[in-house]
Amino acid sequence: MINPTPMSEEHKQQVPLQRLLVLLLAMMAAGLGYAVLSLPPSAPGLSGWVAENLDTSGVSNPVTAVLLNFRAYDTLLEMGVLLLALLGVWSLGSIPQRHEPTPGAVLALLARLLVPLLILVAGYLLWVGAYAPGGAFQAGSVLGAAGVLLLLTGWYPDARWMGLPLRMTLVAGLAVFVVVGIVLIALGEQLLEYPPPLAAALILLVEAAATLSIGITLAALFMGGRPSAGSGR
Amino acid sequence: MSHAFFYALLGVGLFTFGLYALIIHNHLLRKILALNVMGSGVFLVLVALAKRSQAADPVPHAMVITGIVVAISATALALALMLRLQAETGRAELPEESLE
Amino acid sequence: MWLAWQALASPDLFRAIVLFVAFGLLMAIAWVRLDAPDIALAEAAIGAGLTGALLLAALARLDSKTAAKPAPEKDDQSDAHE
Repeated sequence: MINPTPMSEEHKQQVPLQRLLVLLLAMMAAGLGYAVLSLPPSAPGLSGWVAENLDTSGVSNPVTAVLLNFRAYDTLLEMGVLLLALLGVWSLGSIPQRHEPTPGAVLALLARLLVPLLILVAGYLLWVGAYAPGGAFQAGSVLGAAGVLLLLTGWYPDARWMGLPLRMTLVAGLAVFVVVGIVLIALGEQLLEYPPPLAAALILLVEAAATLSIGITLAALFMGGRPSAGSGR
Repeated sequence: MSHAFFYALLGVGLFTFGLYALIIHNHLLRKILALNVMGSGVFLVLVALAKRSQAADPVPHAMVITGIVVAISATALALALMLRLQAETGRAELPEESLE
Repeated sequence: MWLAWQALASPDLFRAIVLFVAFGLLMAIAWVRLDAPDIALAEAAIGAGLTGALLLAALARLDSKTAAKPAPEKDDQSDAHE
């Protein structure tokens, strides 16, 4: 049995409880396993439906079609969730004072090599998401990783980038999504129901804004606090 | 047992391990790790079950991608909360409770 | 699954995080095996990279704060681990 934390005397009394917990969890696992195994071995799911409507969706990668067209509302809400998480992190305090050592040679070199490459990869993933694995989330997360790498080397953006431009970019993804949806309502469709000829262009537009937003939001989450108003650190 | 079901059971196992670790540990960082493992277990179950269709049903894939991004945002927020908790109370563990 | 168990049960927090990152990479491979390349891309970038960086940064901040107090934490990581 594992020993998770330094034990105190009270732990000795809890060992029977621990065994009970293991037993209960084992029963739960058995129940879940049984539920999973009793499912039919092959079920059509929604893949047939997706395949039928793939032509009208504007892209040929089914996952991108689902994410950005058929279930675009979910993706819109998810951008909202990302922003909410960032708001939560920001509301918990400003950026902690970090002693910034000059990065070691390996890290500096790695950052110099990798960051442009990562940005390129993100752009490629964004574009290719229409017909191959890729898309906004993947590209955005690669961008976020590039941002984290930059932050790890001690790079800190100028103060004037941290105010309004940062916030505009953060909100851009969600904003573009919502604007597209509303414009479509104004044109007579339902919310986020792309007319087929425009679908590919609209998806790319939304994806581009979303990629930028996701990347910046993820890097900002890594920063761990609200950027201070006024001069840099 | 077919391919898909093996992974689905693996996912159930991951979920159970995560739940056990979540309940057992006091340290908040370990709890956050445990939550992530549980999330991965659930994703594995979803995708494994999606593989049952002939063409690898894309709808659960989209849900899992969304789920991964949400999980990392939640983790970031949880970490910030944990650090704040430590700044306030001096420790990042839940107090050990005696069972009386 | 062994990796998950090791990651969760490891007594050293740093080791736990590293194992968790390895676990994430293994998940990425699992996604590829399950015909889910999109998820593999997202998991590789996010689960292995970003989550690892987040957790390690949090651990570094945890340590720098508890080092000031006479707490019985037996982690002896230095800040070089960021």
